[in-house]
Amino acid sequence: MQQLFTTLLTGLTLGMVYAAFALALVLIWRATRIVNFAQAPMAMLTTYVALVLIEAGYSYWLGFAAALLSGLVLGALVERFVIRYVDPRSEINPVILTLGLFIVLHALAALVFGARYRSFPAPFGLRGFQVGDTTIALTGFGIFTILSVLAVVVLLVLLFRYTDVGLKMRASAFNQEVARLLGVRVGRMLTLGWALAAVVGSLSGLLIAGGGLVHPSFMDGVVVYGFVAAVLGGLDSPVGAVAGGLILGLSLSLVSGYVGSQLVSLAALAILMAVLLVRPGGLFARVRERRV
Amino acid sequence: MLSVRDLTAGYGAVTALDGVSFDAAEGEITAVLGANGAGKSTLLRTISGLVRPSRGSVTLAGLDLGTVPVEGMAAVGLAHVPEGRGVITELTVEENLRLGALGRGGRVGAADLERAYSLFPILAQRYRASAHVLSGGERQMLVIARALLARPRVLLLDEPSLGLAPRIVVQIFELVQTLVRADGLTVVLVEQNARSALSIANRGVVLNLGRVVVSDEAAALAGNERLRHAYLGF
Ligand SMILES: Nc1ncnc2c1ncn2[C@@H]1O[C@H](COP(=O)(O)OP(=O)(O)O)[C@@H](O)[C@H]1O
Ligand SMILES: [Mg+2]
Repeated sequence: MQQLFTTLLTGLTLGMVYAAFALALVLIWRATRIVNFAQAPMAMLTTYVALVLIEAGYSYWLGFAAALLSGLVLGALVERFVIRYVDPRSEINPVILTLGLFIVLHALAALVFGARYRSFPAPFGLRGFQVGDTTIALTGFGIFTILSVLAVVVLLVLLFRYTDVGLKMRASAFNQEVARLLGVRVGRMLTLGWALAAVVGSLSGLLIAGGGLVHPSFMDGVVVYGFVAAVLGGLDSPVGAVAGGLILGLSLSLVSGYVGSQLVSLAALAILMAVLLVRPGGLFARVRERRV
Repeated sequence: MLSVRDLTAGYGAVTALDGVSFDAAEGEITAVLGANGAGKSTLLRTISGLVRPSRGSVTLAGLDLGTVPVEGMAAVGLAHVPEGRGVITELTVEENLRLGALGRGGRVGAADLERAYSLFPILAQRYRASAHVLSGGERQMLVIARALLARPRVLLLDEPSLGLAPRIVVQIFELVQTLVRADGLTVVLVEQNARSALSIANRGVVLNLGRVVVSDEAAALAGNERLRHAYLGF
């Protein structure tokens, strides 16, 4: 019982991080039909920005804010000056481009920040709370992880549902031509979409790094789990991405706790294949479009 | 109001429009007719800037539209309802409508929505529904209502009757006529359904293989039996 509880709490925390990363992938996929493999090194770079500031003596929170802000800028720059120039009709060009970006950003980080492991601080405790004489697997940083991802999800929902700019972003994502004819500056909306996605990606980078080690490939494993989570949720749905992240986090934690931690990657692959076989549109695929 | 001169455009090696000229007078309905592939949609797409012409010009009340980006057309008073309707099915009915008003830079006022809902009562009943549950006729009404929320001076309609039951077509054409009478709207109505289109239009332009065959009063076109058989299919 105690072990199940611990496993579930670990899974929940992990799932929230996957959810954030999946959300970043989904935001970009929805707007530009591109799986942004470069999301991992982008988040890695912005985490380094935080680390450099923190090591220079600034507070954790200043580093945290600077990382999110540099994510915003980096995402906008990548869209405006790289992605904007790929032929949108090509299926493979954007993929190659984001993989190329992946490699370039890696090299850049190794060059600027060095390839060694550096430890990254956490703003809250990393030890489980004590209840009586048992320790719960939920740490202060774990709670912060869950709450910060929840906050981002709520903010994004509010933005998309209730603001004019959110409506324009959704219109641009769903039908560029119609949006343009209605006067929406689609290019700006795509830039903004990439920028916001990179902020969410940066958050996941900070959450993974907290209390752990940072090096140029520290996010590379997350891109795989984030991608699986996004596919679980149907790639098109932000809510699906969050649910997919949670399902994946919980399942992998159960596998790790009860079967064996060496089977975790294999389990992720098995879940991905099972979903693609049974529900290729994701677990939350919408009902079919009505034909008229 | 809208003046098209020597407009020539194509897709790569294909020339879809070849030296097209015509005028759409203010407060009138100008029907653009012709068989499938005649270049009607390309004409509208070139007017609204989705296709850039290789020659010729379009002016709206004297303003050269060649210098206006697609995103700027709503603000200068041009609305284009594309073929296949262009409802954004992932959004709700009301979100589609709000989008129409955002284009001209404004917010959708309660009065705007009220007017849209009074012209199209069916939309009022379903404003919170996802647009993908609407029928074909309802979708056509939605895109027309959405276009009107930008308060255009010129409305380009690409085959609004496509795939709709005759009863619904009559309803929609009557509505377009009402709008023109009430607001002095200028309409360019692209149709394959030439008979219905000429029944509400003031003038008609017949296209074939990207060129203007004839342009005349709607009644004269409808009365020309040879033309009807050769190009209009009725
Ligand atoms: N996107 C496109 N690419 C290449 N050719 C096109 C494209 N759209 C239309 N055409 C061609 O241009 C010509 C005119 O098409 P269109 O303007 O759609 O005619 P209509 O609307 O009168 O049916 C046709 O020969 C058509 O095949
Ligand atoms: Mg057409």
